[in-house]
Amino acid sequence: MSTLSYTVTDSVTMLRRNLKHAVRYPSMTIPVVVIPVVLLLLFVYVFGNALGAGVAPGAHGHYVDYVAPGIILMATTYGSVSVAVHICSDMTEGIVNRFRTLSISRAAVLNGHVLGGVIQTLLTVVLVVGAALLTGFRPDATPLEWLATAGLLTLVIVALTMLSAAMGLRAKTVEAASNAPFPLTFLPFLGSAIVPTDSMPTAVRWFAEYQPFTPVTETLRGLLMGTAIGDSAVIAVAWCLGLTVLGFFWARSAYDRA
Amino acid sequence: MTTTRLAITATGLRKAYGEQVVLDGIDLTVAEGTVYALLGPNGAGKTTTVQILSTLAAADGGEVRVGGHDPLRDPRAVRAQIGVTGQFAAVDAMLTGEENLLLMADLHHLGRREGRRRAGELLERFGLADAAGKLPSAYSGGMRRRLDLAMTLVGEPRIIFLDEPTTGLDPRSRHAMWQIVRDLVAGGVTVFLTTQYLDEADQLADRIGVLNGGRLVAEGTAEELKRLVPGGHVRLRFADPAAYERAVRVLRGAAHDDEALTLQFPSDGSTRELKSLLDWLEAESIEAEHLTVHTPDLDDVFFALTTEAGDAPAPTGAPATTTAPLKESLR
Repeated sequence: MSTLSYTVTDSVTMLRRNLKHAVRYPSMTIPVVVIPVVLLLLFVYVFGNALGAGVAPGAHGHYVDYVAPGIILMATTYGSVSVAVHICSDMTEGIVNRFRTLSISRAAVLNGHVLGGVIQTLLTVVLVVGAALLTGFRPDATPLEWLATAGLLTLVIVALTMLSAAMGLRAKTVEAASNAPFPLTFLPFLGSAIVPTDSMPTAVRWFAEYQPFTPVTETLRGLLMGTAIGDSAVIAVAWCLGLTVLGFFWARSAYDRA
Repeated sequence: MTTTRLAITATGLRKAYGEQVVLDGIDLTVAEGTVYALLGPNGAGKTTTVQILSTLAAADGGEVRVGGHDPLRDPRAVRAQIGVTGQFAAVDAMLTGEENLLLMADLHHLGRREGRRRAGELLERFGLADAAGKLPSAYSGGMRRRLDLAMTLVGEPRIIFLDEPTTGLDPRSRHAMWQIVRDLVAGGVTVFLTTQYLDEADQLADRIGVLNGGRLVAEGTAEELKRLVPGGHVRLRFADPAAYERAVRVLRGAAHDDEALTLQFPSDGSTRELKSLLDWLEAESIEAEHLTVHTPDLDDVFFALTTEAGDAPAPTGAPATTTAPLKESLR
C-alpha cells in the first residue's frame, strides 16, 4: 500500500477509536447535546414572550423562528470543548507515546480526533434541529436551502474543531483544555443569535457586526427563514475557511511540539 | 572479531535537557537474540536512553543504530522492527483488553482475520482470555502490564524495549513477567530492558550496563560485574562479650563491630575455608552464636558503583576492603 492509503487506513482506525471513546464516556458527550437544548427551551419558553416582542420583524411574530438558527449555531460550539478536553487527556496518556513508536502515519492520531469531533458535533446539531422543530420552529427552507444549511454548519464545525484541537494540544492540563474554548461558546451571544445587533449599545454592536458568528447566524436565518442574506454568506464562508486554515497550522505545529 | 549480528549499537550517546546533562557519552552494543539490562538508580538516564533508541527522543550527539538503522534519520525503518513497553502502562483505558489488541492489529495493518487470530493468541498466552472483554480499569497491575506487553508484541517486533517492566509488581507477577521475557528471547527476540532491581538484571540479562549520572560506570556479564568488587565475606556474631573480645584479640585483621559483637572477614565462602574457621573456633574454645556467609552479588556492585546525588556510597552489608583475608587472620 502507498503512504497515502496508509494515512487513510490509520486515520480511520483512529476515528473508530475516537467514536468508541465518545460512546464509552457519555459524561463528556451528553452535555454537548443537553446544553444547547436547555438554552433553546430557556429562550423559547422563559424569555421568549419578552424577547419576541422586540424582535418580531422577519420572524412571523414567533420568537422561536428567530432564535432557533442562533441556538443551532451555538450547538456547534459546545462540541469544541469536548474535542479540546479529549485530545488533551489523550496526549497525556502513555498510549500516544506507544503510537509514536509504531510505523504509522503520524497525522493519523490528530486526524482521528478532528474527524471524530466533526462527526459528533454534526450529530449534536441534528438533534438540536429536531428539538427546535418540536418546540415550534417552522423553517420555510427548500431542500436546496437545507443542503446549503448543512454545508455551512459543516464548515463552521470543521473550523471550530480545528481550533479547539489546537487549544487541546497546547493546553498543559485537562482543566486548561476545557477552559480554552469557552470564549467560542460565548461568542454567539455577542452576535445576532439571540437578539438583533442593532438593539445593542454602540461598542458591543460594532463588535457583534464584525465577529464571525454574526454573518453565519444571518446566513443560517436567511436560508431557513427566508430573511435577507446579502453579503453575509460570502463573509461567513470566508471566516470558516480562514479559521480552518489557521486552526490546521496551529494544531499541526502544536502536535509536532507535543 | 565475532560474526554475531548486533541489534543495537550506540557510541558516544549524549543528551542534555537545557543545562541538565542526562547522558554523558555512553556506548552500548547489544547482540541479536540477547537480553541487555541497563541498571541504575532513579534519574540515571535509563528512560532517556530508551527514548532515544526507540525514536521518541533525539540524541544531541553520538552514533546510534537500531536494527541497522539510525533512529533519527530513518525512524520508520527502526519503528518497523521495534516494540516499546514504557514505564507507565500505555493501554487505552476506554477500550477492553481485546479491543486494545485489535487496535494494535489494525495499526499494523494485519487484516481482520489475522488481527483477531493474533489478539486471541496473545490473550491466551498472557493469561488474559477471561478478562478480554473487560476495561483495563478492572485489571490488576500485573494484568495491565501483561496487556501492555501483549500490545507491544502484536507487531511481532524483533527488538523489544522494556522500561522498568516490573516496577510496582508483586513477586508472582514479576516472576511471570520474567518468564515471558525468557520465552521471547528463546524465540530469537532481542530485549533491551531497564531496571533498578539487581536480581532482575541478574536473572534475565546476558549483559548488564550500570548507568549512573549519565555515564556507564561498568559493563559486563553478571559474573564479570561481581568480580569487580570484593564482596564475599563471612560474619561471626557473638552472644558473649568475653568470647567476642577473645576472638577480636586473636583475629587482628578482621573488621569488628563492638556494639553488635560481630566480626567480618573477606572470604570466598568455600566449605574448605568455613571448615577451617569452625575448627579454629573449636580449638580455641570460642563460641560464636551465629555465622553468616555473604557471597558477592549485584547489590555490592550497585552500591560500589552508584551514588545518590550528594551522598557517598554507604554500603551497609558491603565488606571493608581493608580487612585481611580469613586465611591470613587464622594463621
